[in-house]
Amino acid sequence: MLKDITLGQFFPGKSVIHRLDPRVKLTLVTLFVTALFTARGPLTYALVFIWLAYAVIASRLSLRVFFRGLRPLVFILVFTAILNALYTQGEILFSWWIIKITREGLIMAAYMLARILMLVTGTFLLTYTTSPIMLTDALERVLKPLKKIKVPVHELAMMMTIALRFIPTLIEETQKIMSAQQARGADFESPNLMKRVKAMIPLLVPLFVSAFQRAEDLAVAMECRCYNGGVGRTRMRVLRMGFIDYAALTAAIALCAAVFILR
Amino acid sequence: MFLQVKNLTHIYGAGTPFERKALDGVDFSVGPGEMRGIIGHTGSGKSTLIQHLNGLLKPHGGSVLLDGKDIWSGGIREVRFKVGLVFQYPEYQLFEETVAADVAFGPKNMGLSGAELENRVDEALAFVGLDRSVKEKSPFDLSGGQKRRAAIAGVIAMRPRILILDEPTAGLDPHGRDALLDRIKSYHRELGGTVILVTHSMDELARTVDSVTVLSNARVLTEGTPREVFGQAELLARHGLAVPGVTAVFHRLAALGAGVDPSVLTVDEAVDQLIVNS
Repeated sequence: MLKDITLGQFFPGKSVIHRLDPRVKLTLVTLFVTALFTARGPLTYALVFIWLAYAVIASRLSLRVFFRGLRPLVFILVFTAILNALYTQGEILFSWWIIKITREGLIMAAYMLARILMLVTGTFLLTYTTSPIMLTDALERVLKPLKKIKVPVHELAMMMTIALRFIPTLIEETQKIMSAQQARGADFESPNLMKRVKAMIPLLVPLFVSAFQRAEDLAVAMECRCYNGGVGRTRMRVLRMGFIDYAALTAAIALCAAVFILR
Repeated sequence: MFLQVKNLTHIYGAGTPFERKALDGVDFSVGPGEMRGIIGHTGSGKSTLIQHLNGLLKPHGGSVLLDGKDIWSGGIREVRFKVGLVFQYPEYQLFEETVAADVAFGPKNMGLSGAELENRVDEALAFVGLDRSVKEKSPFDLSGGQKRRAAIAGVIAMRPRILILDEPTAGLDPHGRDALLDRIKSYHRELGGTVILVTHSMDELARTVDSVTVLSNARVLTEGTPREVFGQAELLARHGLAVPGVTAVFHRLAALGAGVDPSVLTVDEAVDQLIVNS
């Protein structure tokens, strides 16, 4: 049950998309989303679609992976499509009781559906091909200018890195404590809701105690290695832009501009 | 209570690229009142095996029988009260406000209350050698060794017919380790229940248990009394396991022609043998 939790799932690989500089990838996604939201009409939509399709193919990830990610969104997608189909005024194609479906409504629904699907797939592509650590690194770099207005960018990135690092550890810990309490007869599967809530106490108390203990240990370990925040810190993985990074960036800017002009 | 494991197989991550067989056709049985040791490397399947014995894990193949009855044929919670399992580092499962309340968690889940519950708690604390004065203390205020004992008492208080301990002495100092092993031994002697002890330490096994099961690569490698098992020093070495320290020393002495019997298992035995020899 707990093993099914995936956050920012990453599929390691060696494709062009995997090798892109994470900062560039962040920028590309931002450009892509901008283009997607300015697109209007079949031509620009087709342009954005080709852009995305190329990136997905270049990532060499199986399409099944994307479908699996989209599955939880089916409800929202259907809901959006229906709302758009019903509430857009225009030439009525079909009507029954208070329900009126218009031609414009159907077209709107189709565009909306395409937009959400492409938006989600595009952002999935980022997390699927970039390790969480790389991603936080890139975020730190991209957000660096905010330091000027006293946003603790480094600290935020560090917190994110640590949080990501400890998700699997905490899941494992939860599983262990659950088993231990089940061995003493704790019932986590009782059909009675009150009982199930009460059964969480023997799980949550030890979990919090050990999480605080871990935090303390980690803080000591970091201080032992003279960690004092981001000032003067060098990095183990220095991000360097290469030819493909510049090429990708140029292509993306060109595509974005094309969408702006052609809309 | 007779515990039998037949052809047990367990696969982690079945159907994914990370698929790994943790148990592969394991046969294993423990008779009533026996004190059994299980050894093996990290990843040999020890922990997976013992989690099957009280139904925390469900077999992917084979079966676990308690007195001849499949444990999955009835209520699994009843099985967990009969087969008590103490996990590694059990102090991490303490959660109540007082030690007494924490020890009472298991018996309470069994539906006990009042004087009977009180009795169980006192008895369990006595078995692990904790003073009654700690009863009203917070478990988080105890020392490391005391926490460990309180957590073990929490399982003993259910009066399981079979008590399984996964590395109960891990992380304790030598004194705490010896004291705890003595407690487990006297618990076994006085109650006559079955005890299964999982450990890395050969020395611990040699002086505690009646019989040993050696796991290696998800299978049972060998089984027998400590003397039989540790007599197979070569087989153990091939699988990266050692014999007790003093046994290894006597093997070397025998090889050097010192005229000693290398089948000793404990320091006491070794001392006796040397004194008789000289």
